[in-house]
Amino acid sequence: MRPKLRLLADDLITRILDEAREILSTLGVEIHNDAVVTLLGDHGAQVDREAGRVRIPGTLVDRALESAPSGFRLYDALGQETHDLSGDRVYFTPGSAAINLLDPESGEMRRPTTADYIRFVKLVTALPHVASQSTAFIPADVPERISDSYRLYLSLRHGVKPVVTGAFTIEAFEVMKDLQVAVRGSGEALAEKPLTVFSCCPTAPLKWSDVTSQNLLDCAAYGIPVEYISMPLSGFMAPVTLVGTLVQHTAETLSGLVISQLAQPGAPALYGGSPAIFDVRYETTPMGAVETQMIDCAYAEIGKHLGLPTQAYIGLSDAKQLDAQAGIESAMGATLATLAGINNISGPGMLDFESCQSLEKLVVDNEICGMLLRLAEGIVPRDDFPARPLFEEMLREGHMLIAKHSRTHLRSEHYFPGATIDRAQRSRWQDEGARTLRQRAHGEVERLIAADTGPVLAAETLRALEDLMVAEARRHGLERLPAEEN
Amino acid sequence: MEILEKIAAQLQQGEEEEVAALTQRAIDAQIEPKQILDQGLIGGMNVVGELFRDHEIFLPEVLLAAKAMHAGLDRLKPLLEAADVPSRGKVILGTVQGDLHDIGKNLVGIMLRGAGFEVIDLGNDVSPERFVQAAKENDAAVIGMSALLTTTMPVMKQVITLLTEAGLGSRVRTIIGGAPVSGDFAQQIGADAYAYDGANAVEQIKALTV
Ligand code: B12
Repeated sequence: MRPKLRLLADDLITRILDEAREILSTLGVEIHNDAVVTLLGDHGAQVDREAGRVRIPGTLVDRALESAPSGFRLYDALGQETHDLSGDRVYFTPGSAAINLLDPESGEMRRPTTADYIRFVKLVTALPHVASQSTAFIPADVPERISDSYRLYLSLRHGVKPVVTGAFTIEAFEVMKDLQVAVRGSGEALAEKPLTVFSCCPTAPLKWSDVTSQNLLDCAAYGIPVEYISMPLSGFMAPVTLVGTLVQHTAETLSGLVISQLAQPGAPALYGGSPAIFDVRYETTPMGAVETQMIDCAYAEIGKHLGLPTQAYIGLSDAKQLDAQAGIESAMGATLATLAGINNISGPGMLDFESCQSLEKLVVDNEICGMLLRLAEGIVPRDDFPARPLFEEMLREGHMLIAKHSRTHLRSEHYFPGATIDRAQRSRWQDEGARTLRQRAHGEVERLIAADTGPVLAAETLRALEDLMVAEARRHGLERLPAEEN
Repeated sequence: MEILEKIAAQLQQGEEEEVAALTQRAIDAQIEPKQILDQGLIGGMNVVGELFRDHEIFLPEVLLAAKAMHAGLDRLKPLLEAADVPSRGKVILGTVQGDLHDIGKNLVGIMLRGAGFEVIDLGNDVSPERFVQAAKENDAAVIGMSALLTTTMPVMKQVITLLTEAGLGSRVRTIIGGAPVSGDFAQQIGADAYAYDGANAVEQIKALTV
């Protein structure tokens, strides 16, 4: 049996959905994009141009739910399948778009560079339990205007895993799409084997900006999967109660689904989000709060009830250091998310309310992910019955160390963490330098990055990527890309 | 004075009607409007600010207190204007061009209004020209800019350059905020101050406008 978390009673799910649909059809959503408003209007939504609101009738929601796929797959840069985002399968993705990097030497947060980004990509390639890359932070040594496309470029050039990303502007979509087409060879090949997922955020409450709703249309046109990232902030930009917040999240997310499905029936999408409670003492949006994590798992339950694949920003921390708080919050969130069966769990590596990435924390979180993937497998009998022969053997041999049963099942029944997790006897731990978690994680970071064997794509693909990026950089006044020495 | 203490106390409780009534009584008792403002309303708000900082009370209580203060201020305003008591100064607030994150900026606006500042909120996606134009038109004391995206931070520098070019550099102070910016960045671009949250923004802007 797969262990499973349930937070909402069936009738509560139904009620939340009813209320959200009622809000969509009466109050509607505010949409700042003419093409999207027209699309909705043409299909029977009631458009109030003056108030800028679009009321979405239940029939449109029903149609969207009918045509939306119950899952989709992702493929790495070489075309190998890596993700089957459906059912209760879980995959981990590093938290994305951080502003800062936690510097392991100084212990301080600082602006990251191209060299940092490439190190991050290589590390992600090496971490077995982190299934995808994300455009994890913003290299500060290129003009801000190209920072979104440049991250994707570096990820595709130096990495192999699929990339969870997003555009900061409407214009950036073009080159971000072209980079992917360059990897796959054609637009059709890209649609057949998606390489990225684009995060598209509605604005709380009940609003879609020009940029993010246009991103929905553009992604749908090229078969690029999206994840809707609704962020109600309980008690501030959403009702203070978890149920009220869920109603808002449901309405915002369904409105995104309707837009995508009208643009292209069957468009792949994750029922996602990054809600948070609002901490009225510090004026902050804690991702490590248990209530934040409860909202995440509960909306995923609603998404599953609707038969859709899911995503959440969970398993990250608000701590400013790789400390015990970072561990508590990340492990708690990731555990709940795994038990909830959230398909794409975004968060590993992240600190400080989604603003700071840490390579060392990513290595630690990779171990959390490893343990949780084991947890998700649950407890199932494996050649255990009848049990008597096993015990007869143990009594005869005195132990089970070399029994066939042990040798067959050891590596699947027991998860073996890497060097970051300390399980040594005290004396050995002391002999080996009495290293702290941070030191062990840092050692792993350096070891794994040093072992990277370089870009995996064919030389001409790499050149095509570079040509695209150089042209984009030039358009924004940067004559050459930063040197990639590291 | 007892009545001013009462105003301050009721204000801390967020008692809108009580504060309005007490302010009227103080006016009727011929107490100087400036004194009612400083010792009653602002005095009360200052305590609220301290309690909030110390986590004795939370944001909702601060906002209720601010609402109560405004109820009192409404009574006082005509008299203050007649007596030519300068107001705390006008603050132009906006999220810079290309950036749609306005939650933090809105909260800063709420807190500033609560502290007695007149806030002209230009919304989000505000061009440098509009910031400077608004400062000019309103004879503003401060421009407050918000940016939550690293991509939009450079716009802040453009606003400051444009402000200097317009000859307002010495008269209009600038303050910035938002997750990617910092005190160091403020210094780098020549902004006068940086604040990390709404309560801090009130303190910083008070310091800029004395
Ligand atoms: C909520 C949110 C959104 C909401 C915004 C809703 C709204 N109406 O504002 C939505 C969903 C729309 C959104 C959209 C996007 N977002 Co966003 N968002 C956030 C999030 C989670 C919280 C921001 C927030 O509201 N915090 C709560 C408020 C109260 O705090 P605050 O904003 O920091 O403000 C306080 C202080 O900073 C200060 N302050 C703020 N402004 C000012 C101004 C002055 C004058 C002063 C003195 C002080 C001050 O006081 C405030 C009160 O305490 C942040 C994460 C983070 N770490 O900040 C990401 C974040 C800022 N977003 C991010 C991104 C990438 C985006 C998108 C590009 C995503 C996409 N692809 O669609 C779009 C951008 C669209 C655009 N062009 O602007 C990134 C930025 C990355 C980067 N390096 O630039 C962040 C860091 C998250 C992440 N890691 O991905 N986002």
